Amino acid sequence: MSAPQITDIAQAEQGTSLWRDAWLRLRRNRLAVCGLAVLAFFILVALLTPWIAPYGYAQQQLAVGATPPSAAHWLGTDIFGRDLLTQIMYGGRVSLAVGFIATAVALLIGVTWGAVAGYAGGKVDAVMMRLVDILYALPFMIFIVLLMVVFGRNMLLLFLAIGAVEWLTMARIMRSQVQSLRQQEFVEAAISLGLSPATIIRRHLVPNALGPIIVYTTLTIPSVMLLEAFLSFLGLGVQPPQTSWGLLISYGAESMEEYPWLLIFPGLALTLTLFSLNFLGDGLRDALDVRGAKD
Amino acid sequence: MWRFIGFRVLQSIPVLLVVITVTFFLVRIAPGGPFSSEKAVIPEVKAALEAQYRLNLPMFEQYTAYLGDLAQGDLGPSFKYPGRSVNELIAAGFPVTAELGLYALLVAISIGAVAGVIASLRPNTAQDYIPMSVAMIGICVPSLLMGPILILVFGIYLEWLPVSGWGDMPGDKILPAITLGSTYAAYIARLSRAGMLEVMSQDYIRTARAKGLPEWRVVVGHALRGGLIPVVAFLGPAFAGLLSGSFVVETIFQIPGLGRFYVQAAFNRDYTMILGATVFLATLIVVFNLLSDILAAWMNPRLRSQYGER
Repeated sequence: MSAPQITDIAQAEQGTSLWRDAWLRLRRNRLAVCGLAVLAFFILVALLTPWIAPYGYAQQQLAVGATPPSAAHWLGTDIFGRDLLTQIMYGGRVSLAVGFIATAVALLIGVTWGAVAGYAGGKVDAVMMRLVDILYALPFMIFIVLLMVVFGRNMLLLFLAIGAVEWLTMARIMRSQVQSLRQQEFVEAAISLGLSPATIIRRHLVPNALGPIIVYTTLTIPSVMLLEAFLSFLGLGVQPPQTSWGLLISYGAESMEEYPWLLIFPGLALTLTLFSLNFLGDGLRDALDVRGAKD
Repeated sequence: MWRFIGFRVLQSIPVLLVVITVTFFLVRIAPGGPFSSEKAVIPEVKAALEAQYRLNLPMFEQYTAYLGDLAQGDLGPSFKYPGRSVNELIAAGFPVTAELGLYALLVAISIGAVAGVIASLRPNTAQDYIPMSVAMIGICVPSLLMGPILILVFGIYLEWLPVSGWGDMPGDKILPAITLGSTYAAYIARLSRAGMLEVMSQDYIRTARAKGLPEWRVVVGHALRGGLIPVVAFLGPAFAGLLSGSFVVETIFQIPGLGRFYVQAAFNRDYTMILGATVFLATLIVVFNLLSDILAAWMNPRLRSQYGER
């Protein structure tokens, strides 16, 4: 998107906050708005699933078997006669939860790490960022597989393991933000007022770096969700009786020749979500004018 | 240049040590030893087995002994397949994975770079939007979905290509290579577009145009070298991604490669195999990161001078 244009003088005189300005710019990006709408819809459905799912999660109708989409089962049923729409809704809860929670873990570690390194500077910074460099070079995908094998496949570990992998870029972004911010007068003022470094980071540095943080967070969620799908597809992620989109896709792939809908609909759900998040992330990057948020 | 290479090589050594150490101890603290299986084993047999795998030694001695073996290139015996060494298993699987990865990389680079450069030549026109939209699809449709869909369409409905196997039937390498390469083709398209757009606005491109070079020579002779630097820098991470991506693709297409061995070893709790394969893959990834950094530095002198200052 081009640079902000002040087309309406009256509006400019009224004074718009940075966030309002960004929102106006985001609204003009049709793809980003679509992404936001789809995402909001999916999240709402995920939250309400226990009340609005058309069938019970464990409800089987062996007599029905696998049927293509129909009026009774909008997205068809699997070989046990389970309603696919219901499965996808419950799977979405897990996939989205992994996406958001693991990203939150990554966000927390990355922002803290980067802010401390950037604020402290000098030797502390050098050591902390060298550690990030070393971790960057590790083959993490393999490590997550290893972790899931060694410690069993539990969900909490999945969140932590994925989160622990995805914080590195966030730390780099945060550090470069803090480095440029701490040269500015308002930070000097805060220091001379005798505020503690923790307060300065929390109250002054993080809020001013929110733009890049938000953009990168939006772009981290899809890669986390992909990781979950990847692990579940291999049988190393989410385990039955829980389900997730990755797991549904892997079941669907097994019987796609006879029952293609079992592959197509879960795949569509995952792909739509990934599209939405990517478009929203790109849109936010333009709206908040963040450069190089993803290196 | 040599200074840069030396610096990066030195930097890789601690990375490798960390990988080996962490993997080793993770595998050792894993619950359930390899021989605590269903069948009750006679104590003497168990002791003999443990001695063979050096499990009777203290942890730290096991570690130093393993490092010693590694230095000689010996990854030890497999728990699951008695009599076969991890080296043999890797030697059986890796050539297949390497071939798959190579084809996928070729797919990714050829399609990705061409699409990205074409898009960058006329930004914000159909020539830009169409390849970039396709790239977005490539990014958002993961290989675990792309593979089955390609099989369904080209293997089952159209019956053009075999649906599984590796080297058994003509054309059975096409779908796996496309499946594995498509995501990276998409990233490379975006990177090369961005890189080319940045380079095309530089002064030296204007100079090249001003001296009357035809446009294709400006692009091929002058812009590409600078514009594709981001792509070269991406090759290291892409290689790591291709290796782990091969886990899924080899599972989908039933290809007897290292990725499939790894996943099977994970299910079998074949700890020496997991350990050996992790060390092997990690070393490979570190080496490729190193090569891609060196290549990028060779293409962009500014990166080198950064290291010269340190």
